[in-house]
Amino acid sequence: METVLNDGNFEEEVLNSEMPVLVDFWAEWCTPCLMVAPAIEEISRKYAGRLKVGKLNVDENPLISAKYGIQSIPTFVIFKNGKVLGQTAGAMPKEALEAKIGEILDE
Amino acid sequence: MSEYDIVIIGGGPAGLTAGLYTARARLKTLLLEKIAPGGQAALAWTIENYPGFPEGIGGPELMERTRKQAEKYGLEIKSGEVVKVSASSEDERSKRKIEKVVNTKEEEYKSVALIVATGTRPRKLEVPGEERLIGRGVSYCATCDGPLFKNRKVVVVGGGDAAVEEALFLSKFAEKVTLIHRRDELRASKIIEERAVSNSKLEFLWKSVVTEILGETEVEGVKVRNLETGKDLTLEAKGIFVSIGAIPNTGFLKGVVEMDEEGFIITDENMETSVKGIYACGDVRKKLLRQVVTACGEGATAGFAAGQYVGKWEDKTKR
Repeated sequence: METVLNDGNFEEEVLNSEMPVLVDFWAEWCTPCLMVAPAIEEISRKYAGRLKVGKLNVDENPLISAKYGIQSIPTFVIFKNGKVLGQTAGAMPKEALEAKIGEILDE
Repeated sequence: MSEYDIVIIGGGPAGLTAGLYTARARLKTLLLEKIAPGGQAALAWTIENYPGFPEGIGGPELMERTRKQAEKYGLEIKSGEVVKVSASSEDERSKRKIEKVVNTKEEEYKSVALIVATGTRPRKLEVPGEERLIGRGVSYCATCDGPLFKNRKVVVVGGGDAAVEEALFLSKFAEKVTLIHRRDELRASKIIEERAVSNSKLEFLWKSVVTEILGETEVEGVKVRNLETGKDLTLEAKGIFVSIGAIPNTGFLKGVVEMDEEGFIITDENMETSVKGIYACGDVRKKLLRQVVTACGEGATAGFAAGQYVGKWEDKTKR
C-alpha cells in the first residue's frame, strides 16, 4: 500500500523514515502519472518492509513540490535517512524504476 | 517460453488496432507494451481530427476505449520492454513455420508473425543545459507538465502542428508563451495556425534557434540566435517545451529489417517489412502523415496481412 503524503506529514513520513522512501510526485490531470500508477502500486507491494512508497499530489501540496523543484511529472525521488539519493522525471518502465530502487537498496 | 500466432510490439493506436483485428480473426495474439497502453496519442489533450467525434475526444479516453475494444475480443496485453528481435530464415518449400523470437529483459516469446508498432519519441534540441534541466523546466510534453507553469513565462520550440498545439495548450496556464521557430512561417495546419495567430498570449520568434538553456538547478531562460542577423538574445522563461520532431523507437531492430537513414521502418503497401512475416505500422513507419487515424488504418492492414501470413503455414501455433 502506498502512503498518501502531503505538505503536513512529509517530514514525519519521508524525512524521518527509517526505511528508504520512494516518492511519486503526481497529479490527476497527468496521463503518464496514471499510466505508471499500477506499476507503482505493484512496487509498493513487492518491496513491502524494505521500501516505503509514497504519493504526493503536486496540485494539493505546493510547498513540498516547490522545495524539491518538481517541474515535470511524474517525478520519482528516492530518500534515505532524510536525504535525496536519486531523482528522475518522466514515466518509465517498471523494470527501469526497479533497477534504480535496487541500486539504492543494495547499498 | 510462450508461443503465439502474432506478437505485437507497442500499444498505441496502431498496435491496439492491429490487435483488435487479429484477436477478432481468432489468432492467438500478444501485445507487449513498455509502460502502459495508449502511446503518444494518450498524451493528446484533445483529438479533433479523428472521424466520428465532432466535438473532439480526449487522447486518454480514445485510447482507453480502443484498449477495451481489443481486449473484449481476446487480445492479451503484457508489459515488457522489447530489447531484441530475431527471425529465422525463410523456408517456403518445406512450409515450415518461420519463427520470430522476441526478447524482453525478462522473458522470451515466439510467434509466426510480428507486428512492430513502437512509435517515436521526442527529438531533443541537443544544446548545452538541456540534459541537466530535464524535469527542471525542460519538457517534451505540454499536456503532462503545462499546468505546473501557471502564470510563468514559457517557450515552445518548433513550428509544426504538435508545437503549435502545445503552445495553444500552454497559453491556458502560462503568463506568456513564446514560440521559437527556425523558419519564417509555421508548418502547422491552417486551422491551428489561425488559432495561434489570434491568441493574445502567444508571441513568435521567427528564423531563430535555441542555442543554450540557462539555469543551474532550474530553467531561468534560453539563449536564442537569429539565423538571419546572427544576433543572440536571452529570453527569460521558466519552462522550455521542445517539439521539434520525432525519433523512431527502432534501436532493437537494427540489422533485422530495412530502415531509412533516420531509422523509420520501410514497408510495402501491406505494411510488410523487408523480412517476411514482420510488419510495421503507425508512427514508426517511413511515411507522409503521422496521425491517430493513419496509425489505425495501418494497424488494421498489418493485422489482416499478418493473419494471412500465419494462415499460410501448416504448422501453426497450437492453441
